[in-house]
Amino acid sequence: MNDERTLDLLETKIRELRELNKTDGIDLSSEIERLEKKLEAMREEAYANLSDWERVKLARHAQRPYALDYIGTLFTDFFELHGDRIAGDDRALLTGLARLEGRSVAVIGQQKGRSTQENKERYFGMTRPQGYRKARRILELADRFGFPVISLVDTPGAYPGLESEEMNIGGAIAENLLLMARIRVPTIAVVIGEGGSGGALAVALADRVLMLENAVYSVISPEGAAAILWKEKERTKEAAAALRLTAPHLLELGVIDEVIPEPLGGAHKDFEATSAALKASLLQQLGDLDALSAEDRIKARTVRYRGMGRYRTLPG
Amino acid sequence: MAIFKDRHYFRVKLDKDRDDSLWMRCKSCGELVFKRRVRENNNICPYCGEYFFLTARERLESLIDEGSFVDISRPIVAGDPLEFEDTKPYPQRVEEAQEKTGLPSAIILGQATVSSIPVVMGVMEFQFIGGSMGSVMGEQICHGMEEAIRRRCPFVLVSSSGGARIQEGIFSLLQMAKTATVRGQLAAAGLPFISVVTYPTTGGVQASIASLGDVIIAEKGTMIGFAGRRVIQTTIAEELPKNYQTDEFALAHGQIDRVIGREGLREELGDALSFFVEAVR
Repeated sequence: MNDERTLDLLETKIRELRELNKTDGIDLSSEIERLEKKLEAMREEAYANLSDWERVKLARHAQRPYALDYIGTLFTDFFELHGDRIAGDDRALLTGLARLEGRSVAVIGQQKGRSTQENKERYFGMTRPQGYRKARRILELADRFGFPVISLVDTPGAYPGLESEEMNIGGAIAENLLLMARIRVPTIAVVIGEGGSGGALAVALADRVLMLENAVYSVISPEGAAAILWKEKERTKEAAAALRLTAPHLLELGVIDEVIPEPLGGAHKDFEATSAALKASLLQQLGDLDALSAEDRIKARTVRYRGMGRYRTLPG
Repeated sequence: MAIFKDRHYFRVKLDKDRDDSLWMRCKSCGELVFKRRVRENNNICPYCGEYFFLTARERLESLIDEGSFVDISRPIVAGDPLEFEDTKPYPQRVEEAQEKTGLPSAIILGQATVSSIPVVMGVMEFQFIGGSMGSVMGEQICHGMEEAIRRRCPFVLVSSSGGARIQEGIFSLLQMAKTATVRGQLAAAGLPFISVVTYPTTGGVQASIASLGDVIIAEKGTMIGFAGRRVIQTTIAEELPKNYQTDEFALAHGQIDRVIGREGLREELGDALSFFVEAVR
């Protein structure tokens, strides 16, 4: 997306012209209209056929809306619950109660930081064992009281570090998977940005898995795949394409249920519209899940995950 | 897999057809050893005690009652759902692994007895694309657990895997969810799952099925953990202790139940299973 800067520049120019139009009294409206049309056309051209790697960059965009942004618009009365009751409170994975159209729900949100300071506190959005165990707590709580679970997934991956290993991050992820497979309440996971491998899956095993149009979800980052499989860091674009990690690809592969459309240029270009579209989908999906008994939901979830995988059956 | 190069762990080809020399040199202690003696000694160097890799078949034989194994795997092989090609096409990679190992996939699955106790047992083959878990391995593990439920017997899984089969993309990631789901059913059916972790058990396998055993037994000298040394050093450049992700490390941090040397593993497994015999009936 080398064009993004050009597009932004043009947008700024239009804004300046508009200001000028107002203050100077010179009629520039036809000029403004012309430029706006041009901008729209350029934008469409730039974003209509995004490559997979370009979508990765959008998913990681510095202005991309994060979990707390969505929590603020999808729900009312977010009531954060802190801490795993064992070791700490992961700021890269937030949990709490909230109301969705007046109904109590349990919320899990993987949260990245915007400033350097915030990123330090949030480990650049990488969840640690404390985070997975906090999620486990809220999942159990939700299950006890019949609250649906909405999980907003956005992480480059589980935090790789000595402390994580000492606290058995792999075991924490595994335990979450086991729990999410069998809880009785409706569960919806939404990949809003980066669905980074096991670190994302650990809060994304759900009855419904939705993805924003420019979100990505993958077993490994394109950089990681390039380094391991191609042994060349420069092959990230190729790796991004090979991994089929975008929402449209994953819908086609049958592993997610719905793609939430984003405005041209990405969710940050019109957050309200994105958030409204997501909310509409959440309510629709939740309504469908409500119509099922807990037993039928668990059965369907089991069938769904039991059936994941593609292989060839040998004749005979 | 390059990830594991930092450890002096290597494989000895004991197959006479491929290498008919009678002697080998232990890379750990440098002693010249009679190969048959190594083989009869569970692939352990008789001089220094270094463990050489066991193939899945050798591992299986080292654990079960002689002649008790019956293959119950499903007749499936890897597909190519993403039409994946890195330095070579994925199907070619699979074919080469099949030729190298003589196995259809990275896991053997069967029924057998251990200390006369019937079990369903899966054993991963590290030489098959790093024992990575793709759709086939996930399916065989789930099939194994379902067979254990049907036969009302314990399930044993011997892990040796670098993690997910990257070439199957999202499908490999979802095997973590799949195996965890069926593991829940095994638990609901009241059947025990003994997870045996051997060198190495990492990534997606460690972060799913291998960590979900009722009992987790590690072979001495194993490596167990989520993110490999190299991943950590390249992402956050953190200094890591020497014992990072060793059996000792995992035991000290409460991640596994027991550590046992290779020569004692068969008896250990039988002992563990024996406690569940009444409960399973």
